[in-house]
Amino acid sequence: MSPVPRRLDVLEAVYDRLASRVVVTIMGAVAAELQSIGHRPNFFYLQHAMGLASSLGLGIALSRPDQQVVVLDGDGSVLMNLGGLTTLARYRPRNLVHVVFDNESLLSVGGFPTATSTGSDLAGIAAAAGVPRTATVRTRDDFVRAFDEALAANDLTTLVAKVEAVGPSAYVTGLTLLENRFEFQRHLRETRK
Amino acid sequence: MSPVSTDNSRLIYDALKGCGVRLVSALPETWLVHLIRMAEDDPDMILVRLAKEEEGVGISAGAHLAGVKSAMLMQNHGFLAAVNGIVSCAQLYRIPLLMLISFRGEFGERDPWQTEGGGVTEDVLRALNIPFEYLDHPSHVERRIAKAQTLAAASNKPVALLLCRDLMWEEPA
Repeated sequence: MSPVPRRLDVLEAVYDRLASRVVVTIMGAVAAELQSIGHRPNFFYLQHAMGLASSLGLGIALSRPDQQVVVLDGDGSVLMNLGGLTTLARYRPRNLVHVVFDNESLLSVGGFPTATSTGSDLAGIAAAAGVPRTATVRTRDDFVRAFDEALAANDLTTLVAKVEAVGPSAYVTGLTLLENRFEFQRHLRETRK
Repeated sequence: MSPVSTDNSRLIYDALKGCGVRLVSALPETWLVHLIRMAEDDPDMILVRLAKEEEGVGISAGAHLAGVKSAMLMQNHGFLAAVNGIVSCAQLYRIPLLMLISFRGEFGERDPWQTEGGGVTEDVLRALNIPFEYLDHPSHVERRIAKAQTLAAASNKPVALLLCRDLMWEEPA
């Protein structure tokens, strides 16, 4: 099988789409890499509480149906909140796109393999939970295509992107957690009709 | 008829509505059945039924950041299951959480499996530095819920109300 892309390259490929959406990420590499491309007030990085980024995205999506929400999740985080997939599917927010970067490892704590490395299929689990649109992609171009389709679909999508288990050299960034949180809240307030 | 008090559940529900709560997350538990049905029947309330209580912390955090007041309905064992989310999402990010926790396992508890949780709930709340108050009489329900919501909003922190047997359960002891 050909090598899977780096997450940073995938993020760069769709950064212009993210710039105009409400984005919630998990902790660690995803947060640091997105910030390295460019932080925006509509980006919120949940730097702990593994598993809850998708729940937080659901809370925003239900509260603000006028906004399209993109959650950038990871395999380790999703595995900590598999039940959350059933809640997502149950309420089926049509304004939420759930991306799972699957590097098959807990990278930031030393790269220990997760259960997706031994075959657990997160898109399959999401589909079985009732998420109406699911896919697994293995190349940058396939990701961009599937992500654009998800943004246009007007329905809940869980898109699993297989990526290489590489990340940034450091995870702590110059953006403090609370600064990000209050700026993000203010952004959502200012976009309310 | 379930001995869970419909009247007092209504009081609690109306008090939540009265302080602006528009989203409720919940996991069913005997004492909460009427409250959950009231949320379900209310077209002005978003009810999110959870698989596990910790999800409710994330949902309330999202709702808060998006400008919607929310409350969490759970049993004390659900509160125990949600502790990491409370600490590493709500407290870390200064999110106001209004938690209504059915206080199972206190005096009068008949279910043996509920008795351990009752003995640790208050100590865990104290250890987490979460302000809490008891709802054990209809006369103070509205005022205590309103004051809890006020403190949560002013402090940007979680607060808890313990729903007690004397309020929720009408069967003679």
